[in-house]
Amino acid sequence: MNDNAPVPAIEVLSAQKTYPNGTIALQPVDLTIQEGEFVTLLGPSGCGKSTLLKMVAGLLEPTDGRLLLWRKPVAAAQDSATKKMAFVFQSPTLMPWASVQTNVRLPLDLAKVPRAEADARVAEALELVGLAKFAKALPRALSGGMQMRVSIARGLVVQPNLLLMDEPFGALDEITRHKLDADLLELWRKKKLTVVFVTHSIHEAVFLSSRVVMMAARPGRIVEEVRIDEPYPRSADFMVSPEFTHYAKHLQRSLLAASQANEEEALS
Amino acid sequence: MSITWNAPVAPRDADPAPAPAPSPAVIAPAPSQPPRPAATVPLLRQPRAQRVLLPVLVGLVLIGAWQALVVGMELPPYLVPSPALMMKTLFTDWATLGMALLVTLKITVLSFVVATVVGVLISFVFVQSRLIETALFPYAVLLQVTPIVAVAPLIIIWVKDPTASLVICATLVALFPIISNTTLGLRSIDPDLQAYFKMNRATRLQTLVRLRIPSALPYFFGGLRISSGLALIGAVVAEFVAGTGGAATGLAYQILMAGYQLNIPRMFAALLLISLTGVALFALMAWATKAALGSWHASELSQD
Repeated sequence: MNDNAPVPAIEVLSAQKTYPNGTIALQPVDLTIQEGEFVTLLGPSGCGKSTLLKMVAGLLEPTDGRLLLWRKPVAAAQDSATKKMAFVFQSPTLMPWASVQTNVRLPLDLAKVPRAEADARVAEALELVGLAKFAKALPRALSGGMQMRVSIARGLVVQPNLLLMDEPFGALDEITRHKLDADLLELWRKKKLTVVFVTHSIHEAVFLSSRVVMMAARPGRIVEEVRIDEPYPRSADFMVSPEFTHYAKHLQRSLLAASQANEEEALS
Repeated sequence: MSITWNAPVAPRDADPAPAPAPSPAVIAPAPSQPPRPAATVPLLRQPRAQRVLLPVLVGLVLIGAWQALVVGMELPPYLVPSPALMMKTLFTDWATLGMALLVTLKITVLSFVVATVVGVLISFVFVQSRLIETALFPYAVLLQVTPIVAVAPLIIIWVKDPTASLVICATLVALFPIISNTTLGLRSIDPDLQAYFKMNRATRLQTLVRLRIPSALPYFFGGLRISSGLALIGAVVAEFVAGTGGAATGLAYQILMAGYQLNIPRMFAALLLISLTGVALFALMAWATKAALGSWHASELSQD
């Protein structure tokens, strides 16, 4: 975790995805993400941002090109004992029949971690997301935001180096989302994580990221990479600062230019 | 842990607050009564009591009408017996009928258990590969669409032991809903959860035990409810076809014999026992479903 060797966490080398029916989900893209970065993949629906993230997670195979995690192919990196990866889905994706703590313990159970150790780590992860009191509750008793926290706790319990998040707060209301965004940043800094975060919200991207990767649709491609050179921690004040507006405007223009055809969709 | 997330927002209501009690005045308008405390809801207004009382009331009315018609029109008991006569026969012939009930119950329960075990095992095989399911599913359908009445004589000839042959017939009737429902359930898993299991290198067995089986439970119990009734029907039909007498005869045989002897009250009493058995099986399955799914599945959560 404290390994400072200059090995990039993620290398995407001309990876592309074409579906069997000929639809091009993603043109060949190159992207390097260093350890400790908070990178956002930003773009309208159909720009291939989720496709790219799922390829990094090994959930999708690229049609051509390669993806490396810490210089190893994705499949090999997933079996690594030292470098761990966690994926948080768009919906909480919890098992409705299992309690919060059983849900969070799932990755440890699947890896056959001894029960006592697993329980200790589950308690720790629930403490981190502020849900220690709800360990025994069933998911349906929780609000949408709390279910998302459980999902994040399930990601944290494997003590990941790399956290991949696919529009995790997209279904939540604005206020809850801001709160979870701020909490996520806190967690990223304290745990020295590498985060790749997919979103279609320009504001969320600027607020969170150290780097924004702007993508466009039809065909899916990377349009631009923007470094957000603002110090952390970022407070709510940052969201009303001129710098924030500057970045947001820039991204907005770039997004519009890249997708004149489907701008309405892009702005939604 | 130095970081704590801010206190979570209040949990969504797991138990929605009960709707305000409707005014009791509608049902109990007696003005002389002292005002009821707000918490008491008249018995007939409680959904729980309604669920029991309303069907019972309908039953009482129907039985009363039946008794009145039989007595009023002076119908002979060999055409339509009165409910009172039927109950009387049930008690006087209990030695015979009770034994018959036990035999029918034994065959029903045995075939229901066999159908459940075999059906679930077949489903496990089906979900292992689409190829297996494609190859074998038509034969499961064949099993379902072939009328048991047509096959039963063959089975009864082939299998010497009468109990075994009846159990096989009833099992064939009860099997299909379990296979088709459980297979559907084992396949109805959240694709994201499936991807999550795959990403975490879950083995086939882990995916089956931790994901497929719990996801399949609601469908499986739906299958059980249908099959419990079918097992009873299968047991009765098979016995009708077998039509053999002897020491261990079930309710169907009692109905056949009562028919030959024009002992209509006994026929009705046997019929009543079969119906009650079916209702009891259904209630048992409903209770099992609630016990297994009550806490989490939408079908069992309170709808009010």
